[in-house]
Amino acid sequence: MPIIATQGLTMRFPGVTALHDLTVAVEPGVVGLVGANGAGKSTLIKILLGLLPATAGQASVLDLDVARQGPLIRERVGYMPEYDCLPPDVSATEFVVHMARMSGLPPTSARERAADTLRHVGLYEERYRPIGGYSTGMRQRVKLAQALVHDPRLVFLDEPTNGLDPAGRDEMLDLIRRIGTEFGISVLVTSHLLGELERTCDHVVIIDGGRLLRSQAVEAFTTDSGTLTVEVEEGRDALGHRLAAAGLAVRPDGRLLLVDVAGEHTYDLIRDAVVELDLSLIRMERRRHHIEEVFATPPPGPGTATVPPHAAVPPGPVPPGVVGPGVVGPGGIERGHGA
Amino acid sequence: MSAGTIHDIGYRHYDGRRLSRPYVLRSLYVHNLRAAWGLGRPARAKVMPFLLVAIMLLPAAGDVAVVAVSKEPSTLWRYSAYPVYLQVVIAIFLATQAPVLASRELRFHVVPLYFSRPVGQLDFVLAKLAAMTSALFLLMATPVTVLYVGGLVNKVPDSVDHALRYLGALVGVGLFAVVLAALGLVVAAFTPRRGFGVAAVIAVFMLSSAFVLIIQGIAEAETNFAFSGWMGLFTPFNLVDAVQVRLLGAEKTAVAVPPAPLGGPVALLVCLAVVLGSTAVLYRRFRKGADL
Repeated sequence: MPIIATQGLTMRFPGVTALHDLTVAVEPGVVGLVGANGAGKSTLIKILLGLLPATAGQASVLDLDVARQGPLIRERVGYMPEYDCLPPDVSATEFVVHMARMSGLPPTSARERAADTLRHVGLYEERYRPIGGYSTGMRQRVKLAQALVHDPRLVFLDEPTNGLDPAGRDEMLDLIRRIGTEFGISVLVTSHLLGELERTCDHVVIIDGGRLLRSQAVEAFTTDSGTLTVEVEEGRDALGHRLAAAGLAVRPDGRLLLVDVAGEHTYDLIRDAVVELDLSLIRMERRRHHIEEVFATPPPGPGTATVPPHAAVPPGPVPPGVVGPGVVGPGGIERGHGA
Repeated sequence: MSAGTIHDIGYRHYDGRRLSRPYVLRSLYVHNLRAAWGLGRPARAKVMPFLLVAIMLLPAAGDVAVVAVSKEPSTLWRYSAYPVYLQVVIAIFLATQAPVLASRELRFHVVPLYFSRPVGQLDFVLAKLAAMTSALFLLMATPVTVLYVGGLVNKVPDSVDHALRYLGALVGVGLFAVVLAALGLVVAAFTPRRGFGVAAVIAVFMLSSAFVLIIQGIAEAETNFAFSGWMGLFTPFNLVDAVQVRLLGAEKTAVAVPPAPLGGPVALLVCLAVVLGSTAVLYRRFRKGADL
């Protein structure tokens, strides 16, 4: 059963069409909603909360119709807005308890759930202090806690990593992942940074200018492309020539070599070549597509491997996610320097 | 964040009761009533409301003391006159506390968090109006009750008459409370910054009162007392006093009240229009503020 389904959903404001004939269905899990600023993400959330009537089309959330059953939907979902929405002069505890009661939790349950939820999002002693003195990271956690305090079946998180530094961003993404897996609450998380969602989401919906660009499982975006990343300390070119001579498709990429996997023997060939040339192998790992590449180069298929991946990274701030799954981290580099 | 490591306590789902609209509405009312008195917020938020309560109580306590010492029942203030005498204090209370209820949650964008929950938009406005009304009622009814109890203790004559006048004054106080709350909340809801909100509410009360007093002065110089009375409907305290005089049998405290028999019902209708109109305006304002 899809948790969210839309059928020909269209939203027109005077002078602008925010959503255009959007038809999409998403299954329970962590779902990313990706689009540039102004792509229609917030409008879609507003419609799904039943707060904004759509111009045309239908939408349902948890099998409830947004146009007719808005109040029932709002009992069952949580919402974390994009911008700051916290009064500065109350404590996080006081605020989250109040929001729990606004969702219909009796006073005692509201207090228990608020304490539990604040702990789950990582707020401890500081929750008794007024919110005005909190850091951005702490405020984001309070916003998340108020969305979760009534144990919804689905939460809408609008740009939850906004304004966070890289460490805070990683923590928030881990937390979102845990909401989906450990807490068993479905998540619809929006972002304008595609790379963030790769490791967080099960499914990604990409919209642009109010139109659906793509909706598919993250595995489909990031299945192994059959490309190996090889890094050696020195002698990259020598290794490249040797591998090319052995019949492998090789191309340089900065200090790295990208090698297409032709079969099991590819690994052996690389290993042997490194040994024969007496090079220091720093890493050899399977490279995955990043969502950026797929986004910029539809349709996905075996042919995409020939596109230089770096040409496909969209402009703008590069999120930590695009660095890729570093199997060999700083340790490997240090070893390289020491040699 | 260093504390981010102790996460593995395990998430528990909530399968207890989820209460419906009356509970949410009541919780919202209590929350706003507490907010009006600065409860649940830092100590400095409590200073102003409680200081004003003390100022409101002082004249009543002093008057009871005068009655006790002088043994002169006629020195006991009229109950219905108390809010009019102390209208400046009441207006300051409204000016400082109405923004807490009306503009604070708009300013900090908290409103969408309510409307993304099972909170009705009209319920949201009614809870705020009821809370501000209750806060003002407490502010005014407490000293009036002190006067009445002080009178009883000092054994003023005509205790039945006193009881009736006290009850009438409580009705009047209720009307004062709801009219003032409605006006104060509307003005504050359109001034997102708290300081401006305070100034705007004060300005509305002072300017309307000054304007009406000038017109009334001119009208009375021209011996047009009826016109002077009708003009009284344009300033909140005079308006409610007109209802007290014409419909609740109180003596006149304001400068002039509109003539009987039409004056009372018209004044009451104006009160009703003020409250309903303000509710409609607040409803639209918070709806707009709910834009995510």
